[in-house]
Amino acid sequence: MPENVFAPWTDPGAEPLIRFRNVTKRFGDFTAVRDLTLDIYEHEFFALLGPSGCGKTTMMRMLAGFETPSSGHIELAGQNIVPVPPNKRAVNMMFQSYALFPHLNVWDNIAFGLKRDGMPKDALRERVAEMLKLTHLERFARRKPHQISGGQRQRVALARSLAKAPKLLLLDEPMGALDKKLRQETQFELMDIQEKTGTTFVIVTHDQEEAMTVASRVAVMDEGELIQVATPSAIYEAPNCVYVADFIGDVNIIEGAAHRASEKHYTLHWADGQAPLVAASEMTFSPAQKAFLAIRPEKVLVTADRPADAENAIQGRIHDIAYLGNISTYHVEVAGGRLLKAQTANTRRIENRGFTWENRVWLSWDATAGVLLER
Amino acid sequence: MRRVLIIIVPYLWLLALFLIPFAIVLKISLSDVAMARPPYLPQFSWEDGLGAFLSQLDFENFTFLTTDDLYWKAYLSSLQIAATSTLLTLLVGYPIAYAMARAPDEWRATLMMLVILPFWTSFLIRVYSWMGILSQEGYLNQLLLGLGVISEPLIILNTKVAVYIGIVYTYIPFMILPIYAALHRLDSSLIEAAEDLGCSRAKAFWLVTVPLSRNGIIAGCFLVFIPTLGEFVIPSLLGGSGTLMIGKVLWEEFFNNRGWPIASAVAVVLVLILIIPIVLFQQNQQKQNEAQS
Amino acid sequence: MRLSWFNITSLTLGFAFLYLPMIILVIYSFNESRLVTVWTGFSTKWYGELLSNQAFLDAAWVTLKVAVFSSTLATVLGTLAAYALVRGARFPGRTLFSGMIYAPLVMPEVITGLSLLLLFIGIGLDRGVLTIVLAHTTFSMCYVSVVVSSRLVSFDQSLEEAALDLGCSPWDAFRLVTLPIIAPAVVSGWLLAFTLSLDDLVIASFTTGPSATTLPIKIFSAVRLGVSPEINALSTLMIAVVTLGVIIASLISKRNFVREQHGGEGRH
Ligand SMILES: Nc1ncnc2c1ncn2[C@@H]1O[C@H](COP(=O)(O)OP(=O)(O)OP(=O)(O)O)[C@@H](O)[C@H]1O
Ligand SMILES: [Mg+2]
Repeated sequence: MPENVFAPWTDPGAEPLIRFRNVTKRFGDFTAVRDLTLDIYEHEFFALLGPSGCGKTTMMRMLAGFETPSSGHIELAGQNIVPVPPNKRAVNMMFQSYALFPHLNVWDNIAFGLKRDGMPKDALRERVAEMLKLTHLERFARRKPHQISGGQRQRVALARSLAKAPKLLLLDEPMGALDKKLRQETQFELMDIQEKTGTTFVIVTHDQEEAMTVASRVAVMDEGELIQVATPSAIYEAPNCVYVADFIGDVNIIEGAAHRASEKHYTLHWADGQAPLVAASEMTFSPAQKAFLAIRPEKVLVTADRPADAENAIQGRIHDIAYLGNISTYHVEVAGGRLLKAQTANTRRIENRGFTWENRVWLSWDATAGVLLER
Repeated sequence: MRRVLIIIVPYLWLLALFLIPFAIVLKISLSDVAMARPPYLPQFSWEDGLGAFLSQLDFENFTFLTTDDLYWKAYLSSLQIAATSTLLTLLVGYPIAYAMARAPDEWRATLMMLVILPFWTSFLIRVYSWMGILSQEGYLNQLLLGLGVISEPLIILNTKVAVYIGIVYTYIPFMILPIYAALHRLDSSLIEAAEDLGCSRAKAFWLVTVPLSRNGIIAGCFLVFIPTLGEFVIPSLLGGSGTLMIGKVLWEEFFNNRGWPIASAVAVVLVLILIIPIVLFQQNQQKQNEAQS
Repeated sequence: MRLSWFNITSLTLGFAFLYLPMIILVIYSFNESRLVTVWTGFSTKWYGELLSNQAFLDAAWVTLKVAVFSSTLATVLGTLAAYALVRGARFPGRTLFSGMIYAPLVMPEVITGLSLLLLFIGIGLDRGVLTIVLAHTTFSMCYVSVVVSSRLVSFDQSLEEAALDLGCSPWDAFRLVTLPIIAPAVVSGWLLAFTLSLDDLVIASFTTGPSATTLPIKIFSAVRLGVSPEINALSTLMIAVVTLGVIIASLISKRNFVREQHGGEGRH
């Protein structure tokens, strides 16, 4: 691995900034977070991803100090922070609703936390000015929160939580209320700010594209448990289970029985009368074990004739075509009525497109294009 | 620690000045005159046990309420007066609320303030203002005699009619506000749709507007009915000696006859009667909240 | 939207019904005759007579004292109660507590008065200004608590959490964030409590003793016998005070509104 890549999680000697150790949080007899163990390193931009109600906010609130774990402990820079009240933690949170104080103007909102620390007047003014500049809010300093736009409000909330230069900044769905364009701009702004300040960010999001764009690592959660923690590309290319593969992006899942073919290759028997599929895998499967081949639509090639050198090829009939401008998705019906998706980039004009409904086509891909999963 | 203080101070205050006093009323209503003297020694002792306590309880005051027809007549008459005046308030208040909801936007705030303003002026004075109007030589009779509508002055003051007028007058904001709120939310295109589908104006009003403002009507009726049931000032200023209302009876029993146990029993029965409309009102409010969320 | 004739008629008649009695009262307070229903000429003599009537002045002073103390106390207690109900976690007897907050709102005044009087007699407390203040505080704190809690409910709890997150102690968070935001509701709660206390006849009659007579008690005993010109004058004064108060209040809120819109000329 090259020297300049930021990947402290691969370094066994690195000290994590945050350590969750077997943290469980129960509300009554409902378990919101179950036995969670996780390290987050300094300067990371860590994204939490998962369906609604899976415990993301609960995790954040435990870090900020608004909830106490039912068991386990949380360390910040080596110190157990469970008994520390929220106002004494070097952690700041940017709330999903922004939680700007409506009775204070933008300047006072940003200065609020600094005043609590008893910062001297001059230093305080300087710091607020710096924050206003960082978030391009200089012109709005004297306005009340209800007098600025949604995107500006979001930046005030960010400036306010950054002003105290926390070791750790928590962002709970910070861009939930923004439209797509503003969201993309803000994502880059956030990354920029994170780079400038060196603060560690933990961000909750529903939007997997957002997680892929901004994060150094992504954690996928479900029902209070971590399913996979990895870099965005690893999550996308090498999901560790069907759930993650399905959650991030579009995927075809083909179920079948796996048989070892060579040291690193398995064959998957997926339908009667069909040639088995070949897939490369590092994992070991016992003979005839149930397995799932996950393959991204953009890795599937659509051709009129069977490509001569294809490692996997299935014949089918085009059931539906979704034209999305830059790409088209073909839904192809194969043996057993199963539908597989294949995506092609539209480099030619639409009238030159090769296929139409009911055409018989071949789908093909390499042995290394998909991932073979146990569950 | 502060959290505990926040709860405990108002809690103890209400226990001491609301619950305990009411327990005393209950206690006195169950004792005879001699026992009703302070410091209201408890009749209950653990040695005797619950059975002895229950057998000692004295329902004499309550049986007295049923034998002396003053009391049950007063309850019935209170119920009748409260019901009639609630209906009258609805009839007077609904058109006002309706017109307010249909008024141009820029008038609404002013109209709203005009409805609420009387609420901030003294209740007593508002009731009193009708004494001069309704009396035999009052302004109303002067006007009607002057116009030649009547030849003999009408006797209104010190009758039930005066009580109805007083109640409608003082409680009408409580009727207007919830109905206005309901009508205000009503989308005017619904009425247009009904007319489009062949309803006449009046029919659209009956079939669309009234059902959709039902919750406001119900809330307004309870808000008028519940407090008028125990009303004292209006019947005593406008109703004369002939109008029986339980609030007045309780007052007189206590101040004029010094009959503490009877007054307490009257109060307990009044609370029991009130529980029914209060529970119904609560249910209506809850339903409304659920429908809105 | 244009109003139909029907609606204009209902509004005109409705507001005439609401305001004519009071307007007549005000006009006839300037009547010279002692016979209140016969107009004999303009005069302000009843105001003079009213202001030289020591008993009325004393009663007004007692009423004002009671109203100021009870409404202030009720505002503090009612705000605490609202905070406990809306923000407090579950505590033992919570249902009883919220029941005790709502029950006085629907309890007939005669019963509240009777029960408090029996308590005061029972514990041997001398009846006077103090007992009226206690009684008024008890029922008006419930109104305050309803007003304040409706504001607290609509108040985003994450604002308080944000304050904690930025380093406030819980008390500072309440003082610097919660209180300024609920302040309008607290002020209306106080005004409501103040008016309720000024207005109350029944509970004051039960809980007072010979040493303290409030204005409503005085008015009631005077008007029981019929309409009187002094009471007309007094009513006019009270109506004038309320009208003035409402006008000032609406002007202030309008000015605040304007200032909000042009926000920015603040401090620094
Ligand atoms: N105070 C609470 N009391 C009881 N249950 C709670 C409480 N807070 C959260 N929960 C439950 O815990 C689970 C996780 O909640 P959490 O808010 O962490 O979800 P989330 O992953 O942030 O969801 P979303 O994406 O919708 O914000 C949910 O099922 C929720 O109902
Ligand atoms: Mg959440």
